[in-house]
Amino acid sequence: MTEKKNKSAIQRRLIPTYIFLIIVSFISVFPLYWMISAATNTSTDVSRGRILPGGYLAENFKNLLAQQPLWKALGNSFFYAVLTTVVCLLICSIAGYGFEVYHDKAKDKLFSILLLAMMVPQVATMVPLFQMFSKAKLLNTAVGFILPMISTPFMIMMFRQNARAFPVDIIEAARIDGLNEVQIFFRMFFPTMRSTYAAAGVIAFMNAWNAYLWPKVIMTDNNSITMPMLIANLITGYVTDYGMLMCGVLFCSIPTMIVFFVLQKQFAEGITGAVK
Amino acid sequence: MDAKKKGMTLLAKQRAAGWAFLTPAALMIAIMSFYPMVRAFMISLQKGTGANMQFTGFSNYQRILADKVFQQSIGNTFLYLIIQVPIMLVLAILLAQLLNNRDLKLRGLFRTCVFLPCATSLVSYALIFRSLFATDGLINSVLMKLHILDQGYNFLGNALSAKIVIIIALIWRWTGYNMVFYLAALQNIEYSVYEAAKIDGANGWKTFWGITVPLLKPTIIMTFIMSINGTLQLFDESVNLTKGGPANTTITMSHYIYNTCFINVPNFGYASAMSFLVFIMVAVLAFINLKVGDTRD
Repeated sequence: MTEKKNKSAIQRRLIPTYIFLIIVSFISVFPLYWMISAATNTSTDVSRGRILPGGYLAENFKNLLAQQPLWKALGNSFFYAVLTTVVCLLICSIAGYGFEVYHDKAKDKLFSILLLAMMVPQVATMVPLFQMFSKAKLLNTAVGFILPMISTPFMIMMFRQNARAFPVDIIEAARIDGLNEVQIFFRMFFPTMRSTYAAAGVIAFMNAWNAYLWPKVIMTDNNSITMPMLIANLITGYVTDYGMLMCGVLFCSIPTMIVFFVLQKQFAEGITGAVK
Repeated sequence: MDAKKKGMTLLAKQRAAGWAFLTPAALMIAIMSFYPMVRAFMISLQKGTGANMQFTGFSNYQRILADKVFQQSIGNTFLYLIIQVPIMLVLAILLAQLLNNRDLKLRGLFRTCVFLPCATSLVSYALIFRSLFATDGLINSVLMKLHILDQGYNFLGNALSAKIVIIIALIWRWTGYNMVFYLAALQNIEYSVYEAAKIDGANGWKTFWGITVPLLKPTIIMTFIMSINGTLQLFDESVNLTKGGPANTTITMSHYIYNTCFINVPNFGYASAMSFLVFIMVAVLAFINLKVGDTRD
């Protein structure tokens, strides 16, 4: 009885907290709700302040298809993002594993040097990379898209941190069983680190999908454009068709939203993964 | 003797494997980050275009001193940094603290909602905020319906309000992201510490300053460095939310440097000089941060 009273007293004291959280949640969710709803309305209705969903989604979609290479951009973005994710996970995970399992003074030193790359701003490497890549004929290619993104200090650090939890005994036992170092990585480390791979993969995919500055630099051909570039193109005219614009934004957001809702735990782990 | 030799080769083999494992990643970082950084510095000492680049010394750096637009972009970027980052981080810590309360119901739902803006790409949310704050956008419709305004206000056409819109958008997008770090850190703090504080009669405010903030210090420093780094490199928002306007009053450094390379008459030498300056700013601020964060020893 008293416990019950106590509980309701606690809840009563939390009322301001609930109100605050409800307001913050509303502000967080509303712009996204509005984006989805605007994608289903005509531009005039959106401008009039209509916030309820309408029946104009198909029309907006048709206009978007007529004006922009939507399928092309979706396909490109998907291809680049998946390719980046796969290569990035491979390169960074073996590096993280290498730095942790075989660590000695020289490798630790190299690791701290590589971390300095975190301080190199994208805009500073943009000109030299553009020159290098145009000389190497890598403009408008998937290889050109992925190369600067497949090895990041953040990812290596994340795998290194997680490799710390991988028992050395297993490695020793595998060596006695006659497995070589490469086999140990692929047969022992790789399968046990599935959750780390999932978390890192979500981050790599999101980063590649959302990339904007780098694709804008090297994807000079309209056939190579990505989704963020496509939706940015929708505001270049004098009059913006808000319904169509939000329809494009919606398409650009669907993959990341799916990742967010299906893999939210991995996403959160991935963000904080390197700093455990 | 034989066994010893075999052992050595095994060890050498392992060492070689270790180096082989980390070589691809290390090489990529060297080629894609360090080498271009050095190149950028070399290009920054040159003028001209294409194959006709000539050594010019530090004239590109001198030009920065006379470039009002670039100075404006530095000012804008630091304004975003000084105003937006503290608000965002305090809000993120506060939300993490509130959501770490086990008596709170629907914690998962609240957390998902606050975290949700991270599901949008930077270009997407910039376009959403651009549309919401347009002269004929929703914010103006609501303000007009509430009779606060008689006619649509051009938020993005006024230097001050355009900057405020960018700051609001940044806070919206990144607060949940930072909250995730704090929540993860708070979950590592024994919950009993809080319960003990409660028994000792500490109120929420006292617990916040007495327990949460000190224990979160390393996380706060890290998120601060990340936010500084991110803010100094702001690009997508400036390009898509305000297009740098009106009249370059909201343009960021990265946006202006991009324009110098690819929109206006291309000037790679000058762009590289500006970008090298951005690099120095990032490095210096990160260094100061790490030093300040280390004071406890």
